[in-house]
Amino acid sequence: MTNPNGRFGIHGGQYIPETLMNAVIELEQAYNHYKNDPAFNAELETLFNEYANRPSRLYYAEKLTKALGGAKIYLKREDLNHTGAHKINNVLGQALLAKKMGKTRLIAETGAGQHGVATATAAALMGMECVVFMGEEDTKRQALNVYRMRLLGSEVIPVTTGTATLKDAVSEAMREWTNRIDDTHYCLGSVMGPHPFPTIVRDFQAVISKEIRQQILEKEGRLPDVVMACVGGGSNAIGTFYHFIPDEGVRLIGCEAAGRGIDTFETAATISTGKLGIFHGMKSYFCQDEYGQIAPVYSISAGLDYPGIGPEHAHLHDTGRAEYVAVTDDEAVNAFEYLSRTEGIIPAIESAHAVAHAMKIAPEMDKDKIIVVTISGRGDKDCAAIARYRGEDIHE
Amino acid sequence: MSKIRDAFKNGKAFIPFITCGDPDLETTGKIVRAMEQAGADLIELGIPFSDPTAEGPVIQGANIRALAGGVTTDKIFAFVKELRKDVKIPLVFMTYANVVFSYGTERFVKTCAEIGIDGLILPDVPFEEKEDFAPVCKEHGIDFISLIAPTSENRIAMIAKEAEGFVYLVSSLGVTGMRSEIRTDLNTITAKIRENTDTPCAIGFGISKPEQAAALADCADGIIVGSAIMKLIAEHGKNAAEPVADFVRAMKQAISGEA
Repeated sequence: MTNPNGRFGIHGGQYIPETLMNAVIELEQAYNHYKNDPAFNAELETLFNEYANRPSRLYYAEKLTKALGGAKIYLKREDLNHTGAHKINNVLGQALLAKKMGKTRLIAETGAGQHGVATATAAALMGMECVVFMGEEDTKRQALNVYRMRLLGSEVIPVTTGTATLKDAVSEAMREWTNRIDDTHYCLGSVMGPHPFPTIVRDFQAVISKEIRQQILEKEGRLPDVVMACVGGGSNAIGTFYHFIPDEGVRLIGCEAAGRGIDTFETAATISTGKLGIFHGMKSYFCQDEYGQIAPVYSISAGLDYPGIGPEHAHLHDTGRAEYVAVTDDEAVNAFEYLSRTEGIIPAIESAHAVAHAMKIAPEMDKDKIIVVTISGRGDKDCAAIARYRGEDIHE
Repeated sequence: MSKIRDAFKNGKAFIPFITCGDPDLETTGKIVRAMEQAGADLIELGIPFSDPTAEGPVIQGANIRALAGGVTTDKIFAFVKELRKDVKIPLVFMTYANVVFSYGTERFVKTCAEIGIDGLILPDVPFEEKEDFAPVCKEHGIDFISLIAPTSENRIAMIAKEAEGFVYLVSSLGVTGMRSEIRTDLNTITAKIRENTDTPCAIGFGISKPEQAAALADCADGIIVGSAIMKLIAEHGKNAAEPVADFVRAMKQAISGEA
């Protein structure tokens, strides 16, 4: 899917300072070497299976299916991975790659804290130094994850610039990388940023759709009608879509965070409200004003609170291969509670955006249709914030 | 040959940077005129961007203040048009790719030519991505300025060969901002640049003191200073023209060997 220059259609590219160019070229060369190296892949597979608890389950949500009264719903349980989210897939891959490249220090950005925790975990496992940049606003929303990262031996740096959320954490991590390149790998957490990151992260996350394909064929003897996932930068979604892209009969649906609604300024739905732009190393769609100033986006979910979307998603949108829908805070919170009560599974508020859309489309579909929803992470981290959203006075 | 070359005819060039609209455009205008009077050879005018990833805290702060004050690309175009009635030295815009791209690259560059801008610096557009911008600039007689960094190594020749206006040599790793010491072996890099182009080379990032500038000027054709100036503006606000002019005078003297 990637052109040699890191383009997905018109999207992607390498819009970064000259200071970083040799670093991304070196990364691309190393990745091209190791991705075909059997020893590297065997080592990564062992980490996936023995450490991260892969393959993750494809669970038939019978209660949910019956309650909604339409299509059969399967949940891809990335929430059961070590560290509680899909983020570990990418991080183990990148940390192993960085180690092979002789790097001794990882830096990362984080929104909800899931990618930061995953990076801190991999750094602990592999004996690497780790610094995580997190918007100050998010350190308050996700205080427990801040402690978790510190417990794992990482330094957490609160970012106070701009909106003090995920986009500012990415900017600050990029600034830090230009400051210290020799021993440092920037472990980017989503399918975004300059080439080769969107390709590397997609490849490490593609294990999700590789497993879904195999598991659904075992269980149902056929491919699903719909696969869906939430989209911020879009790493769990691209992982969920990737091995189904050639299967035209499988609908791919990405669920963006509409925040308080796509007709308000308090939204993070990039495909619905953004336009083409260049930011954070890539050409893609971004929420921005008429002069190209990046918009201060909003979502209840810190992990989807990002003004852009990965370039491969932008391309899948352009070609019409994937559909992108917007889900509001309210709908996501309802889904968060609904899945908890019907299946005893508390999803991350990010993943609840995908569950919310499944709740909309499943009842309209025939009972012999199949939907797979990726539960990208578990929702323990969100309980206090959702309780507060419902007016309860709970603090961690 | 573009007008930018003229900036390097008066000994070592001193190139100050200023974020347009911090604290307001009227003040920016006063400071630009004062800097020209004080010996600036070329001025970089920053169009603020919400998320300037190549900037340190001082210029980030300037960008945020300018945007909060309501500055836009169109207001800056009108401002430069007015400035050009009496400011004669070369002027270049420094901003980020999305500011140009979202305005419409063709429309942006055409306007630059009309209002008397001589060059464009986009720190988030490396050699590999310049096709989006450089050909349009060439068509309208605007120099698209290339940057070379301490990490460029094997890329120096490739970049220098296609350089226009001047080569912007980044002094050290990291973002913009004042540094007490610059350790990069800049002589080796400037020698390599000169093997590949006769385009003048100016050094920027981290320079704030006359003695530092004087030492670095030995191996280059010009010195670029941004954060130290924006810090003075943050301190003196609307009354910054005089202290900034004093600073520019001292820097120009230092790099001319007159300090």
